[in-house]
Amino acid sequence: MVSRREHLRLVGLVFVGGALGTALRAGLEGAFAQPTGWPWATFGINLVGSFVLGLLLERLVRGGPDEGWRRSVRLGCGTGVLGGFTTYSTFVLEVERLVSDGETTIAVAYPLVSVVLGLVLAVAGMVVAARFTGPRRRPTTHERPAA
Amino acid sequence: MIALLVALAGGLGAVARFEVDTLVARHNRWTVPAGTLVINVTSCVLLGMVVGWVAGHPAAGDLKDVLGVGFLGGYSTFSTASVEGARLLRAGRTRAAVVHAGGMLVASLAAAWLGLAITS
Repeated sequence: MVSRREHLRLVGLVFVGGALGTALRAGLEGAFAQPTGWPWATFGINLVGSFVLGLLLERLVRGGPDEGWRRSVRLGCGTGVLGGFTTYSTFVLEVERLVSDGETTIAVAYPLVSVVLGLVLAVAGMVVAARFTGPRRRPTTHERPAA
Repeated sequence: MIALLVALAGGLGAVARFEVDTLVARHNRWTVPAGTLVINVTSCVLLGMVVGWVAGHPAAGDLKDVLGVGFLGGYSTFSTASVEGARLLRAGRTRAAVVHAGGMLVASLAAAWLGLAITS
C-alpha cells in the first residue's frame, strides 16, 4: 500500500500521461482516419503502442524493483501515455462499423491481425529490452566481491 | 477547445483505468489478469451506447469526441492487453494467452453490440 499523498502523486502522473497519449492519438486519428476500409490509423497506433509498452515494461522490470522513479515512469509513461495512446473501444467499434458496412473480409481480418500482431510486437519489444539489459542486473566490477 | 477537452477526458479515462485495474487485481482469484478485460469490455458497452445515441443526434458530434475519443479511448487500452498476453506466451502459457486475447475480443464485440442495441 502507498500513502494517500503518494497515491495522489501517482494518479497525477497517470492523468497527465493519459491526456498526452490521448491528444497524440486524437491528432493522428484526425489526420489519417478514413471513413471506410481498413482502419490504418488505429491499427498503427495500437501496434506501435504494444511494441513500446512491451519494451518499456520489460526494461523497467529488469532494471530493479517497482518503486521510486521506476514506478513513476511505469505509471506516467506506461499506464498513462501508452495506455491513453492505444485504444480497445475505438478498435472494437471499428469492427462493428465494418460489419454494418458489409466489409466482411476486413471485418474478420482486421481484429484478428490486430490482436495477433499486437502480441507478436509486445513479445518483440520484451526481447529487444532483454537484449539491451542482459539476463539480469549484474553488479559492477566495483561491487563484485574479490574471488 | 474541443481538442483540449478530449485530452483532459483522456487523462480522466486513464485514471479511471488505473483505479479499476487496482480494484479488480485486489479481488481477482484467477491466474490470468482480469483488470484489463473488465476495463475493455465496459469501455465497449459504453462506447456502443455513445455511438448509438449520437447516430440519432447528429448535432452531438463534439460530445461523441470528448466521451468516445477522449474518456473511453483513454480508459480502454490495447497495449496493456497485448503485454499481458505476451507475458503469458513468454511464460509458456499458450492456451491461457489465446483464451485471454480471444476472450477479450469476443466479449468486447458482444459488449459493443449490446451498447449499440440499447441506444439505437
